[in-house]
Amino acid sequence: MRVKIDGMEFGYSSVPVLHDVTLDLDGPQFVTVIGPNGVGKSTLIHCINKILKPRGGTVMINDVDVSEMKLKDVAKTVGYVPYTSTDTFPLSVVDTVLMGRSPHTGWRPKESDLEIVYNILKMLGIDHLADRPFNELSAGQHQKVMLARGLAQDPEILLLDEPTSNLDIRHQLEVTSILRELSRHKDLLVIMISHDINISAKFSDKVILLKDGTIYAAGTPEEVVTSENIRAAYGVDSQVVPDEGRPHVILKSPLGWEEQLARLIPHGKESGE
Amino acid sequence: MVSRFDGMFDNSAEIRGYNLKVSKKVLFAVACILLAFIALGLEVTLGKADIGFFESYEIIWNHIAGNIPTDPEGIQKDEIVWDLRIPRALGAFLIGCVLAVCGAAMQSIMKNPLADPYTTGISSGAGFGAILAISVGFCIIPGVTGYNAIVIDAFVFSLIPMLAIVAISRLKNASPTSMILAGLGVMYTFSAMTSMMMLVADPQDHKTAYVWNIGTVGAVTWDNLVFIVAAALIAVAFMQAMAKNINILAMSDSDARALGLDANRIRIAILAVTAVTVAMAVSFTGSIGFIGLLAPHIVRIFIGSDNRYLIPASAAFGGMLLLYSDCIAKSVGVTGVPVGVITAALGGPLFMYILFRHRKRIWG
Repeated sequence: MRVKIDGMEFGYSSVPVLHDVTLDLDGPQFVTVIGPNGVGKSTLIHCINKILKPRGGTVMINDVDVSEMKLKDVAKTVGYVPYTSTDTFPLSVVDTVLMGRSPHTGWRPKESDLEIVYNILKMLGIDHLADRPFNELSAGQHQKVMLARGLAQDPEILLLDEPTSNLDIRHQLEVTSILRELSRHKDLLVIMISHDINISAKFSDKVILLKDGTIYAAGTPEEVVTSENIRAAYGVDSQVVPDEGRPHVILKSPLGWEEQLARLIPHGKESGE
Repeated sequence: MVSRFDGMFDNSAEIRGYNLKVSKKVLFAVACILLAFIALGLEVTLGKADIGFFESYEIIWNHIAGNIPTDPEGIQKDEIVWDLRIPRALGAFLIGCVLAVCGAAMQSIMKNPLADPYTTGISSGAGFGAILAISVGFCIIPGVTGYNAIVIDAFVFSLIPMLAIVAISRLKNASPTSMILAGLGVMYTFSAMTSMMMLVADPQDHKTAYVWNIGTVGAVTWDNLVFIVAAALIAVAFMQAMAKNINILAMSDSDARALGLDANRIRIAILAVTAVTVAMAVSFTGSIGFIGLLAPHIVRIFIGSDNRYLIPASAAFGGMLLLYSDCIAKSVGVTGVPVGVITAALGGPLFMYILFRHRKRIWG
């Protein structure tokens, strides 16, 4: 399993979003993509599985150019877990996850597809939800069902668009741990967008930091999660301390805070006076 | 096929449970077809000539078996049943199938519970075509007059709004919402043109045009039933083949791409099949409302929103619903009323009832 991106660029009509993105991920591992809002994290993973079409450069999956692959063949190799999923006419959890089998099946799924779906539900510990309507679930359950759908694609590569963004800390840790274990034990290349630098640093094999529409830093958490990089990418002062061999970020204040404070509270009227 | 998620747990109990649920969904469709069969007898019974409920099945069976009676009364009854009432009953059932199946598909692919087969503007186009033929006698195919001209004009004009929607979505890669809005735009344009025609038309033609706009299955004969059968076969077969994809389209377009589907292409294909089959079916009868909107929603209450079962069940239920509606339409007043009046009169209140009663569970 390999994702190789070379000089890729993407833009919406006149607005460039990504440029000069070059990346080579080979073999099962857990990769997180971090970076500030609007930097193009989602765009990057959408270009990998052809949800979006890059304007230039190449994206290769297992050494095949995706622009020459059929959507269906991409979907057999690359699983996808969306940021949120709405369903106008909600199906049951089983039938929602069964949709993930779609690239592998003809006009109707077989018993073996149901086997796979129930196995995944049990593996993620959500088989008790199987018959519940998708729209009645909590945010955490929702995310796990979407993860199950992505896994039901039986992919070699799994892309996740901020799967933990709506979750409380426990579910965040749980889902992220599951993903790391899956990458180890099910031979998956997992590429996850994360908005939490600490979770990313704690679990990832590799961290990719985006800034201004391109890769600013990529490597092990120790290499990427540094106070210099966080200052450069996010504009935030922080202190990075080691914790169980992983970097841990203690946030301080946004850059330019003094000026901002001066605008908020005019000179001489600071609180406490 | 080898999957990394094969053989992890024993799922036999779960799969048995799942299959049981599927059987229940199938049973619902079968029940609808049985009810439709009862409605068939009822429909054949109703009318000026006095034919009993069980007698009607007897006459149908005898005709199929080749035992056509030889006495004058028997011959007359056989002709009334076979030449007039059976085509009407079959027409009602099949048009109901087409409208319901296309309605179910439209609601999912447009991600909008208010969508129905007429969301593509079919009825407004058809209405304009009809009035054009009725009031000024114009036909797209020169030389054709009367009822045939109405049918041909209705069919051709009903496809124009669809073409406009497809053109717009090709140009702008439009979302379902903008497709619906484009349909509305075309609909208002045609409605205005229809109103203008009505103003200048001979008052004599008003009633014909009016009845056409409400929709009546009284005009179905063996000759035009062929087209209705074809429309039903195409609509049901195509939508059923697409059912799995329609489920996916009801989520987001990027989800669809991630699962290997080009959402916009499939949406346009389904729109096109809807427009052509619905136009084929209702050009003969006028735009019968509410079945396409209502039938899928009622079916969802019973069996849920999985299009693999929703589509065939909607076909059965929609057919049955229109057949019963036509039974009522035939028995109201002295001469009966157009079935469109009944579907709307039943549909409105029924729709509001289910909306309030079941909203939370069925619709997201």
